[in-house]
Amino acid sequence: MTTYYSKDHEWISVEGGTATIGITAYAQEQLGDVVYVELPDAGKALSQGDEAAVVESVKAASEVYAPIDGEVTEANDVLADEPAKVNEDPEGAAWFIKMTVGNEGQLADLMDEAAYKAYIETL
Amino acid sequence: MAETVADEDLKLTPLHDLHIELGGKMVPFAGYSMPVQYKLGIMGEHQHTRAKAGLFDVSHMGQAVLIGPDHETTAKALEALTPSNFVELGHGRQRYTVLLNEDGGIIDDLMVTRPLDPNDDGRLLLVVNAARKDVDYAHLRAKLPETVKLEVVDDRALIAVQGPEAVAAVAAHAPAAAELGFMSAAPMEFDGIACHIARAGYSGEDGVEMSVPAGAADAIARALLADDRVEAIGLGARDSLRLEAGLCLYGHDIDETTSPVEGNITFCMQKRRREEGGFPAADRIQKELAEGTDRIRVGLRLDGKAPAREGAEIALPGGDVIGILTSGGFAPTVGAPIAMGYVPADHAIEGTQLELIVRARRLPATVAAMPFVPNRYYRKPKA
Repeated sequence: MTTYYSKDHEWISVEGGTATIGITAYAQEQLGDVVYVELPDAGKALSQGDEAAVVESVKAASEVYAPIDGEVTEANDVLADEPAKVNEDPEGAAWFIKMTVGNEGQLADLMDEAAYKAYIETL
Repeated sequence: MAETVADEDLKLTPLHDLHIELGGKMVPFAGYSMPVQYKLGIMGEHQHTRAKAGLFDVSHMGQAVLIGPDHETTAKALEALTPSNFVELGHGRQRYTVLLNEDGGIIDDLMVTRPLDPNDDGRLLLVVNAARKDVDYAHLRAKLPETVKLEVVDDRALIAVQGPEAVAAVAAHAPAAAELGFMSAAPMEFDGIACHIARAGYSGEDGVEMSVPAGAADAIARALLADDRVEAIGLGARDSLRLEAGLCLYGHDIDETTSPVEGNITFCMQKRRREEGGFPAADRIQKELAEGTDRIRVGLRLDGKAPAREGAEIALPGGDVIGILTSGGFAPTVGAPIAMGYVPADHAIEGTQLELIVRARRLPATVAAMPFVPNRYYRKPKA
């Protein structure tokens, strides 16, 4: 399993052709209390940069963009009832979607953990 | 009413250092650098205010005094610009009102206090919105008669303490605060510092707003925050608290295009003024009072969990767009999303089913009574 990070503060964990995607601890910290997460249905085809999900905090709505091309295979239904899980365990139980990896080449443009840590230091 | 201003141009309140020390997340708001939240977060701050007491820096708001030769002259000068009764406002009493433009639109909403001391008759104290200070002051100066002057107060901070334990926390330093009735105000000492304290606020809770010398604001805020019951609260929770209380945010729920009747704030218009008129666009507003308006501000409760925000369209179920949301978000005490917006009067009846369009999806919502959370303003026990 390899985990990648995007500049939009998503994590992408790839294992056997399936990518699990969520938002980073940094992102949830910036958002504040999450009150609602809108997720795509399984079967939805996404291109890199498409709006994949929306996270609503008390303050505002924020879009989550697809970091790679692929098809949604599963959305995390737990978040419908427990959106606050995004604040508690953003990089674990509160994953957003699982999707196929449509274009492996796009993974190369993402950051590894060390690069992402260095990146958020600059913000 | 956040506006984009380069950081270096932002004004700071006398509590700025304290905000930073408390970990406040600072954002530009109406030309000021203000805390949107502290470490507790908006949800925690909201809930703490409803459970105990929250301290809000509202020093960005404008404090000013109208000064005329006697109460009647000053009160009548303000009555010519607003639809409220100030001539009969008692000593030490406070009233919510709006400045009206020539079309009956709202230039600003504000609080007006008649000083407690009869020696101060002829003075009325104003607190106006931060983003509207310049507009309000120019309007007042242009419209006030020769005999009534506007004096801007720029050497005082304004601190609100709101919540069921707010008055007890303030009274530990300013015992006379506990004696104030709702919408009453008096000068009093807070740990020996001369302050002017009003039992009012904008959260739907009991509490006070304290006008304090700018130089003493930091010490006063720290004294209050040393009390376990009191937490610092940012603009985020201030907004969710006022939304639950059904209170308007200027520039969003009311503005120069909305009349007080459309804005559903006719409680600011007392009987004599409704009957006599004598305020800007009185013909229009009196006609609206008698016959109703085409559109009116209503409260909405969403059936689901997804919030709808300012700017979302309001539609008939499966049908046409009939209005727009002016405020909306997740309501922590209600535990669900709520909103306010304008709809045609025939769709404004409580219980009416409507839809809010969010990201092309139609979210079911129901017209609801406001406040969304019962007000807990202080009522003095009958003697």
